[in-house]
Amino acid sequence: MKWESWSQFWAMGGYAVYVWGSVGVTALLLALEVWQARWAHRVVLDQLKSEQAVAQLPVEELM
Amino acid sequence: MKKTSWFHYAAPHTFYGLAGKAWPWFAVLATVLMLVGMWLGFAVAPTDFQQGEGYRIIFVHVPASWMSMVIYLAMAFWSVLGLTFNTRLSGMMTRALAPTGAMFAFLSLWTGALWGKPMWGAWWVWDARLTSELILFFLYLGYIALTSAIDDTRRSDRAGALIAIVGAINVPIIYFSVKWWNTLHQGASVSLTKAPSMAELMLWAMLLMALAFWCYTIALVLYRVRTLILQRESHATWVHELDEVKP
Repeated sequence: MKWESWSQFWAMGGYAVYVWGSVGVTALLLALEVWQARWAHRVVLDQLKSEQAVAQLPVEELM
Repeated sequence: MKKTSWFHYAAPHTFYGLAGKAWPWFAVLATVLMLVGMWLGFAVAPTDFQQGEGYRIIFVHVPASWMSMVIYLAMAFWSVLGLTFNTRLSGMMTRALAPTGAMFAFLSLWTGALWGKPMWGAWWVWDARLTSELILFFLYLGYIALTSAIDDTRRSDRAGALIAIVGAINVPIIYFSVKWWNTLHQGASVSLTKAPSMAELMLWAMLLMALAFWCYTIALVLYRVRTLILQRESHATWVHELDEVKP
């Protein structure tokens, strides 16, 4: 381990804004993309489920 | 002996199941590699003698830039397959790759700007490397805009394939820009022909992060292609028979 304290780690030798700005935005975008992909999958599954439910209704209920 | 053709796996139905089994493994691998890579890069790797701690941006900047180029080439590859064999999966793969590629191209520019400011004194310069990477980002946006503007799936896939193939010329331009032109951007840190110009530990951390981004991309693209398959095949019987769509 090369750091002596947490504050030294977060300070990044004076480059904190640049280093954490890079790492932070990268982490944020990766997380957002994963969340977006899961959300899109859920939407498609829900749509298919509701179509199935309608298709299985007896004809009288659709009248 | 039964002969299984590659086209068998290219059938959306088969690929849906295959991708569903594969993506969690790549997701786990991506997480583990990222944790080890970040630990090596941010807790173990020594300070750079020239750039101090500022150089640590390399551990996200270089892997993100590599992925932005690799993903575009992958899109061109699937597009060529799609145009020659007319397989349905190709268009879906190309489309599943594009958002992740755009994100990595953006990250390459973003982390590059945050690196350029303290080291060069400028967020941005119209240098060959930076400009060609910006063009790559616009190519991704162009692909996404064009394919989502055309409703007919087949025509939209074909138009997209054209952008993907023609735009691929830009990738070697980005890669060799630091050799061909006198750029402010430094030369390659790693190349196949000569020894890397980096300390071994830094190199390992960077390669692990690159591998992590590879696995992340594969996991996400396999996941996203499943969503696209369900959308496009929503009227197929096999989709209605899936457990996950039973009401």
